[in-house]
Amino acid sequence: MLRSAIGVRRYGFFMIALALLGLIMLAFLILPILNVVVTSQDGILAAFLDAEVRSAILMSLYTATIATILTLAFGVPFSYILTRSNFWGKTLIDSVIDLPILIPHTAAGVALLALFGPRALIGTPLSALGIDFVGTLAGVVIAQMFVSAPFMIRTAQEAFESISPSLEKVAQSLGASRLRTFFYVTLPLASRGILAGCILTWARAVSEFGAVIILSYHPMTAPVLIYERFIGWGLGNAGPIAALLILITATIFLAVRLFQTRPLRKVYGR
Amino acid sequence: MGVKIDHLSKSWPPFQIRDVDLSVADGEYFVILGPTGAGKTLLLELIVGFHRPDSGRIWINDQDVTLLSPEKRNVGFVFQDYALFPHLTVTENVEFGLRTRGMPKAERVKTVKKIIDFLGISHCRDRLPTTLSGGEQQKTALARALVTNPLVFLLDEPLSALDQTTQERLRSELRRIHRELGITTVHVTHNHAEAFMLASRMGVMRNGSIVQVGAPDEVFRRPRDSFVADFVGFENMFKGKVIGKERDVARIDIGGLEIEALTDRSGSCTVGIRPDDIIVSKRVFRSSVRNMVGGKVVDLVDMGTTVKLMVDIEGIPFTALVTKRSFVEMKLKKGYPVYLSFKASSVSVM
Repeated sequence: MLRSAIGVRRYGFFMIALALLGLIMLAFLILPILNVVVTSQDGILAAFLDAEVRSAILMSLYTATIATILTLAFGVPFSYILTRSNFWGKTLIDSVIDLPILIPHTAAGVALLALFGPRALIGTPLSALGIDFVGTLAGVVIAQMFVSAPFMIRTAQEAFESISPSLEKVAQSLGASRLRTFFYVTLPLASRGILAGCILTWARAVSEFGAVIILSYHPMTAPVLIYERFIGWGLGNAGPIAALLILITATIFLAVRLFQTRPLRKVYGR
Repeated sequence: MGVKIDHLSKSWPPFQIRDVDLSVADGEYFVILGPTGAGKTLLLELIVGFHRPDSGRIWINDQDVTLLSPEKRNVGFVFQDYALFPHLTVTENVEFGLRTRGMPKAERVKTVKKIIDFLGISHCRDRLPTTLSGGEQQKTALARALVTNPLVFLLDEPLSALDQTTQERLRSELRRIHRELGITTVHVTHNHAEAFMLASRMGVMRNGSIVQVGAPDEVFRRPRDSFVADFVGFENMFKGKVIGKERDVARIDIGGLEIEALTDRSGSCTVGIRPDDIIVSKRVFRSSVRNMVGGKVVDLVDMGTTVKLMVDIEGIPFTALVTKRSFVEMKLKKGYPVYLSFKASSVSVM
């Protein structure tokens, strides 16, 4: 009896300690965000009325959307190949995918510049075709893609892995081609995971600063503007813009999440 | 006609198929029986086309399908775990194969209704697979594979995930489907009773090879080698017919020999008696045991602590187990007369 009482107390103490540590972690994550929104609320309207701020935020949302669509188009097929086929060097390829998020983002920017910049290996021929990456929207997009694509690839990969290969096999035995099987069985079942990948990719792209600033200071995105205002005018000026950006992305994020938790749409109408 | 397999080999570690020759006649119910890892599923997946063989050829209804992709073979395949599309209702699952064939809606609805009614799952037509019982899931998978009118029907351990009662019910269901549709069927299992009851012919598989092919009676009675004997020849299984009943005790005729069993069944049935449920004696003795039959020892196999006796009873081969000790005490030898006794409740009737 006594022993078990001590056991319960000891267990209780342990859980309380864990909860305390967890609370500190949670406060550390939430407080800065909450604080900047609350303390800058008087300036948010003014920031919103500032044309430069509005255009920078719109530019961020716009470029991040393009980056997400491009990553979706190229990343999801890649994830599917990685999940369903076996080929030489697959393990190696699988382990380098995360590199872009592991290296410093300014380094990522420099690396991109070295390849896509003027007089660079890929930059030169594409420049001849009229596509430039330095100081352009295309530059912002590839910088955002580079650092956010691993999120899409990993999330989609996870989604595909959760689908039993026998579902695809049985579809084929029922006369469905590989293409039809992919669109009618695999994709609907992976759609939630892929959507989650899109959200992560998009959010990461909106917030990218390091790689973007090296490749394209202009057209100015919101993170770059926040940095510029902070350096030039200080916290009082940068705070409301940061708060505005947080509010907008959080709203979009919540809206998509809400949509995502609705029941899976049927593939076939009745 | 049917399925013909010619010198088929495939290595797909850890499984393999070694030089398999097999031919399944049109309308036949062929069961492939073998232990886990024998390559049964791999053989089935080669027939449907999920794998390319390393060598050899496969014909379905006289067409060489060896290099044909699965969607062009028109083969119905039922997975062990059913593989129902979780995002589609029962109806949508069943009509999947018809949609891929571009069947017009009116005809599709009619065809789906027919097969759903045939399998008795119309009450769950609008439900998602996760809400179905094991038996209902299985029937949906059967319906989905049958609705396209496949040339061959392949079943991979179709009953192994089900509880005993459902298993028995679906076993008769499979027999009914085969009887009424007459579809060429290849059924893979490691369950002896399943093979014995369903097969019109069967093959025993080991290490990627088919070691014996024949009618179930033949394979179970006259196993070709010690592996087959160890694997299938152990159980006393007989086809029989209920010829009379007194309250809950039924008299069953098994090839001229009459035995008593506890069952509600009537008509044709399969009878199984576990060798260790049989008491062996040298003389008739009085007891409450309802079945006592006399015969002659035809073979003895020393198995260490027990001895397996093959006993011929009026032409019907029985297998019985005795402990080494009673074997020594009875001084049994080949050719000696013995009596086998077993309770009516030890006879399982399927």
